[in-house]
Amino acid sequence: MAFYFVQFLTGLASAASLFLVASGLSIIFGVTRIVNFAHGAFYMLGAYVAFTLTERFSGALGFWGGIVVAALIVAIIGVLVEMVLLRRIYHAPELFQLLATFGLTLMVQDIVVMIWGPDDLLGRRAPGFKGAVDFFGQNIPSYDLFLIALCPIVLGILWLLFQRTRWGVLVRAATQDRDMVAALGVNQKWLFTSVFALGVFLAALGGALQIPRDAVHHALDLRIIVEVFVVVVIGGLGSIIGAFVAAVLVSELNAFGILIFPKISIILVFLVMAVVLIVRPWGLFGKPEAAARRTPGLTVTPWRPLTSGERLMSLGALVLAAMLPLFAGNYALTVGSEIAIFVIFAASLHFLMSVGGLASFGHAAYFGLGAYGVAFLAKAAGLPMIVSLLLGPVLGLLGAAVFGFFAVQLSGVYFAMLTLAFAQIVWSIAFQWVEVTGGDNGILGVWPERWAASPANFYWLSLGITALVITVLRVMVFSPFGFALRATRDSPLRSEAIGINGKRVQWTAFVISGTVAGIGGALFAYLKGSVFPDSVGISLSVDALVMVLLGGVETVSGAVIGAIVFKAANIWLVSQTDLSKLVLGGFIVLMVVAFPKGIVGTLETIRNRRRSAGTKSALATSRIEVAE
Amino acid sequence: MKLQVADLNSFYGPAHILFDIALEVGEGEVVALLGRNGAGKSTTFRSIVGLVENRSGRIVFEGKDVSREPTHAIVRGGLGYVPEERRIFTDLTVEENLEVGRQPKRRNAPHWTHEKLFTLFPNLGEMRNRSGGRMSGGEQQMLTIARTLMGNPSLVLLDEPSEGLSPKIVEQMVDAILAMKKEGVSIVVSEQNLHFARLISDRAYIIERGKICFGGTMAELDARPDIRDAHLSL
Amino acid sequence: MSMVPTLLKVEGLSKSYGGVHAVRSVSFELRAGEILALIGPNGAGKSTCFDMLNGQNMPDSGRIHLLGEDTVGRKPRAIWRLGVGRTFQITATFPTMTVRENVQVALVSYGRQLFNLWGSTAAYAREEAGRLLDLVGMGAYAERPCGELAYGDLKRLELAIALANQPRLLLMDEPTAGMAPRERIELMRLTASIAREQSIGVLFTEHDMDVVFEHADRILVLNRGSLIAEGSPEEVRGNPQVRAIYLGEGLVYDARHREGAGA
Repeated sequence: MAFYFVQFLTGLASAASLFLVASGLSIIFGVTRIVNFAHGAFYMLGAYVAFTLTERFSGALGFWGGIVVAALIVAIIGVLVEMVLLRRIYHAPELFQLLATFGLTLMVQDIVVMIWGPDDLLGRRAPGFKGAVDFFGQNIPSYDLFLIALCPIVLGILWLLFQRTRWGVLVRAATQDRDMVAALGVNQKWLFTSVFALGVFLAALGGALQIPRDAVHHALDLRIIVEVFVVVVIGGLGSIIGAFVAAVLVSELNAFGILIFPKISIILVFLVMAVVLIVRPWGLFGKPEAAARRTPGLTVTPWRPLTSGERLMSLGALVLAAMLPLFAGNYALTVGSEIAIFVIFAASLHFLMSVGGLASFGHAAYFGLGAYGVAFLAKAAGLPMIVSLLLGPVLGLLGAAVFGFFAVQLSGVYFAMLTLAFAQIVWSIAFQWVEVTGGDNGILGVWPERWAASPANFYWLSLGITALVITVLRVMVFSPFGFALRATRDSPLRSEAIGINGKRVQWTAFVISGTVAGIGGALFAYLKGSVFPDSVGISLSVDALVMVLLGGVETVSGAVIGAIVFKAANIWLVSQTDLSKLVLGGFIVLMVVAFPKGIVGTLETIRNRRRSAGTKSALATSRIEVAE
Repeated sequence: MKLQVADLNSFYGPAHILFDIALEVGEGEVVALLGRNGAGKSTTFRSIVGLVENRSGRIVFEGKDVSREPTHAIVRGGLGYVPEERRIFTDLTVEENLEVGRQPKRRNAPHWTHEKLFTLFPNLGEMRNRSGGRMSGGEQQMLTIARTLMGNPSLVLLDEPSEGLSPKIVEQMVDAILAMKKEGVSIVVSEQNLHFARLISDRAYIIERGKICFGGTMAELDARPDIRDAHLSL
Repeated sequence: MSMVPTLLKVEGLSKSYGGVHAVRSVSFELRAGEILALIGPNGAGKSTCFDMLNGQNMPDSGRIHLLGEDTVGRKPRAIWRLGVGRTFQITATFPTMTVRENVQVALVSYGRQLFNLWGSTAAYAREEAGRLLDLVGMGAYAERPCGELAYGDLKRLELAIALANQPRLLLMDEPTAGMAPRERIELMRLTASIAREQSIGVLFTEHDMDVVFEHADRILVLNRGSLIAEGSPEEVRGNPQVRAIYLGEGLVYDARHREGAGA
């Protein structure tokens, strides 16, 4: 009994950091409507800076002072980020904000390794809390008791701050209607900055307080952010009480889950999250979000199928691509196959994002499932390549069917966070279930059969499947189903009122998209001859998002161009520098700020502007009325 | 002169919305800005308080050009703005809503306290701790006006205050606006309901397709039914 | 009159939120071809009533017989399939499609082709969509992007969409909100003529008394969740209770519609 009680207390102590980070994320989201992906990075920075300060300054004052000063320093970094970057993208679509802050996260990962090195760092223990308290023969670290007490104190302070001060009233008002607050004479720029500073301070404090308990390393950011997303999805984004309750819930589930299912404790958390989402889609303490605002300046130009001229041009491009083996060497052909595969992957996400308006942040899950599907079939069942290629993506389909069912219950940032959490679950299974997946060692020896083994033949196979997939997806965009999907995206209210079952339409789209991603993954397994958990990883999911955005999210198939450009640049970049994350992160941030329409989108805008030059005045007058 | 707008041009993206808008509001005057939906009434107001970024022209408030100032600075200077669609903070109580609007006392404008506002809008006084989300549309409209008055403005821009309200509440709104005027607040009201506008206004402008096409007293407007009917779609 | 079928029969409809009675025991009927207005002060329960009829909100008690079926607990899309068209206070259309495509989507849904992955939407029910657009006077705008339409035209497009399932009943929530006086009259005149021609029943909420008194056959007055009056425009206009709580002195709508001024 005493053992379980101690386990319970350990869970509560772990909840402290989780609560600090999650409440910070919630506060920032509440006012700025930005889901700050970089929150995990600030948490990690807090831990690193605190490590340095507490090593440098001795004594109790050195330790506790170091913790607080570390959080303050990181908060100042946060303020700079807010002023330089976020102020430029407050009015951008939420997807762009998520991506920009993810780009920051990537940059911080490389910077942290540059400053503190790649090895784990062990911090010193808290003065005054070094010992343990005996409880019926079980030891409880006294530092854990300190953290347990801290949690409700912070909650209380935050509550007072928001309920009892003018600043709190202004923040709560801004949470609901930012422009209105400005229209009442409040300088909302500084209000936003102060809110962001507070949120980052809490995250950094959470990280700093962890150093006596945990090693500091450069993968802390993603680990915490996924857990925090789960916490805010369960508790309700924007609710501090929700963050508190959910942090305790998740930590306890982890603490006891490890006793019951040692390897897959994350499944338990997932099950609870699924139940919460079905009963209360906006979390235990959250409120239903108003429909995502449409960004002003978003193209209203309706989509058109390709004209016959454009079809000929596409066909010509395909023929040209098919001629590559005539003059390129084996390395170039392998790169060509990889690019073709990523065109499939990007197009699958693009279908879900552009047509369905659903930005999945964990699309690699279905790509990876397709790859693992092929590996199982080819290696374990020994099936022929054709059969494996056809059946492998079925695993992606099944994964998309299960996760998609839950994910489409939500929309906007909730959808993004949930898909990310799902992908992370698939990743943990691939990583931890060593008996089946080989864990970190992956599954090796998934080689194509002889007819497809030569780089040229494999390239033609990939290219052929890519052309087929893109054509099918385009037909679907203009099919009645594609219109039903766009209708659900444009106006859920109206589509329900004309008999469209929006959730079912979106679920179908999710399954289609997951299956197509699985096809890409299946080819990828044969291209590499192996499958690793990386094929399910977050960075691959984000690659897909960047390819879609680079191509242009408002286009019919911009992802094709986006994938080609991104993948080619990426392969080149990795061969040139060790700091590829820093460069990639910087590129993402730059793209979001300076180039939000993507390549194809920008080209279309230029073309439309030229075309409408003659009819411009008519357009301008008709827009007047829209603008009001 | 309280407010003087000249050569105001506004754009949303590539679209030119307002063309050379010119209007004037005298000390203590109530001026109506009449026009159809989409004619540019709201954009005019939003441009004056700096909520439309892409704009050019002169906006002189109390002798000072504010056309380059950010929204919060313009509002702090004493130019109050009540947007359309009410937009109260539904999660906040009545008193908290008023707190958001609170600004320091001003020399040249009436000073409003909670008690004074509850005399102007008695309904609100009976529900000080009720959250905004649990108020009726009429009460919400009262609250948006009261909230702006908490900033002690000397001029208030009221965007479509009668829209979506029952006739009885609209009549109460008439009384409230006249009371504000009596306190010495200058007011610009944008409206589609000419009956309503006639009960409160000294003068009127008509805006159509982003251009001012009439300006004069209410009597002058009534003398020109051709203009009135053509531009207001009566 | 008894020959005209009853489309909608509401009995004892009630709903409360946290102890506050939003709607209390409301009962009424609506016949084919009849235009019925639901008016009352802000917060009287009109929206709640409306939401319960179209399935967005579940009543605590009471019955709704819509076209012969009990619809309590059904989703909006199921109620639409029974033959109910809707328009919203703030127009809800698909801004990234053309005007024609907006109507075609509704027709696709009506034809149960939503999960057709392979067909061409452009060719689907093209003429029918054009016919509906002509009916509301939007035929000339068929290929325009919906996002560029003026507000009054959006309202007419919404009407065309609402007519796509050949409805027997139209539910219109403040159909003329935000429109200029003449546009209001024109839209309701159009609605009324379509309704009479096709024998569609119309239930609408509205704050513009000029529109209500001009077009409604019958008026229901709601106050604090209860029906306090029901009758012809003349009867409602002359009802002292309605004037005290809702109509006021009649200063803010057309003089023709004031009490005693005649119709």
